[in-house]
Amino acid sequence: MTPARARAWSVGIIAIVVSLAVFIVPFIFVVLQASKDPADASSLAFAWPKHWQFLANFRAVLATNDGIIWRAFLNSAILTVTSVTIMVILAAMAGYVLARRKSKWNGVVNFFVLAGLIVPPAVVPTIWVLQRLHLFGTLPGMILIESTFGLSFSILLFRAFVGNIPRELDEAAVLDGAGPFSLFFRVVLPLLRPVVVTVAVVQAVFVFNDFAGPLYFLPGNEHATVQLTLFTFQSQNLSFYNLLFMDILLITIPPLIAYIFSNRQIVAGLTNGAIKG
Amino acid sequence: MPTTNTAAASQAADVITEPHAPKKRRAVKSYYPRSFFIPTIVLYVVFFAVPSVASFYFSLTRWSLFDSHFIGFGNFTEFFQNPQLYTSFIHTLIYGFITSGAKVLIGFFLAVLLTGPVVGRGYLRAVVFFPVLVSTIGVGIMYKSLLDPFHGMVNAVLGFFGFGQPGWFTDPNLAIYTIAAVDIWKGIGIATLIFMAGIVAIPTEYFEAARIDGASAWATLRQITIPLSRGPAATVIILSLIGGLRSFDIIWATTGGGPGFTSDVIASVIYKEYQAGFYGLSSAGNVVLFLVVTVIMVPLSFALTRKQVQL
Repeated sequence: MTPARARAWSVGIIAIVVSLAVFIVPFIFVVLQASKDPADASSLAFAWPKHWQFLANFRAVLATNDGIIWRAFLNSAILTVTSVTIMVILAAMAGYVLARRKSKWNGVVNFFVLAGLIVPPAVVPTIWVLQRLHLFGTLPGMILIESTFGLSFSILLFRAFVGNIPRELDEAAVLDGAGPFSLFFRVVLPLLRPVVVTVAVVQAVFVFNDFAGPLYFLPGNEHATVQLTLFTFQSQNLSFYNLLFMDILLITIPPLIAYIFSNRQIVAGLTNGAIKG
Repeated sequence: MPTTNTAAASQAADVITEPHAPKKRRAVKSYYPRSFFIPTIVLYVVFFAVPSVASFYFSLTRWSLFDSHFIGFGNFTEFFQNPQLYTSFIHTLIYGFITSGAKVLIGFFLAVLLTGPVVGRGYLRAVVFFPVLVSTIGVGIMYKSLLDPFHGMVNAVLGFFGFGQPGWFTDPNLAIYTIAAVDIWKGIGIATLIFMAGIVAIPTEYFEAARIDGASAWATLRQITIPLSRGPAATVIILSLIGGLRSFDIIWATTGGGPGFTSDVIASVIYKEYQAGFYGLSSAGNVVLFLVVTVIMVPLSFALTRKQVQL
């Protein structure tokens, strides 16, 4: 073994051992807690469950509070899919025109895009606006809020990516008789597929995991999102740590699946945006 | 990712039958209609700009959502005279700078490690990024159990080796730093990712030249990798400060601002005042947060991006 190989192995093994302690042990802890009985789980010890009741806990979580978790998953799914769709389409259109059209207004637009990224949303005034529009505490209102808050970041990624698509392509399409709408929706948008995936997955994970948004703008049990079930679980059932951790486990699965299926594209798309932006 | 893109692009470019004349550019310009901005502008104005501007007015009022009384700067004097509220301002700064600084240092270290020759690189990259995907509330609940002063695993291990067993979330002097550490644990994956992208983009000729010159690993790091990672560092600093200064979820899930108000930040005060029905005061908190973020971020991003250009 060459010295370089030996170093790669020794550094790698140290890093893997550290990563096990720092990242894997907490995850195993969640799984163990989710498999215990209530008394066992409330001891909080990192220990093998006395009675292994993973499936029973799974069923119990689904049945808690008249199956609120089902409704929460449905609400979160609707919220995530709809707001991400709106975000992707609107941000792609805006980012595209921003990258292509060289005008004196671009500076102003860029300023507002950055402001949208930096400025923390004003909470109570937003509730006030939502109430005026009769959208407060409704799923459509929440969808519009999430879409708005995600626009800036999405526009930045789309703008960076459109810059990589050769302009000659647009001109060719125009010479072939494409109008502005078919140029964008039929020629440019399909080419944006990689960054669409990046934006969609990143924002979907963000919206799905958002806690403060639904906490403020979507009160009430019938509109509960998955993150809020976690919170009510925590405050109501302090004696049922096993169910609380089962809930955490369930809620982590959707983002994990999304990430596993699009890992490479997310990394590539994000780094592209991060360097260019 | 770029392969599909360029393949499709070159395919479509083949369609061009004749080279375009310069005057065509003007005609093409109208193919990027300003109307594409309209839906974005509507959402942005209604749900972001109007509330942001309105917060300035309502922060000067006693407000019940239905009617408001103009009271001048009363909410702001309340905010900065009441120690429970004022400390949140200090905590926000501490929290923002600690998390941001640590993410730069640790993220860079991990990126160097994970772009170098190590065994198990794919696994390590995946595992570092994983916490980014987990729900913040879930992470908070998990760490509340792991760091429980009496039953938690961390203190059990510390006790086993004869160390002290601090009350991570229950010690008033420690709570805010513990939360910051959890935040770093959860967010380090993004910082690492950005640094990794920057390091991978450094031309390999530089490293080869350094190797031929017989530069040590440390010299290579100091002379090449660190100076050329300034751009990614700027991105990491800006993104993590934006997130850190307005952090709420993780604090609310772990301590709720306690014990007492020793881990309250501005964002949690905004929520508490909202819950208590002090909408004017809550909006004043929003204005304070807005000012903190802009006063820090605007000069900082100017300074950081200028450095980047000098490279």
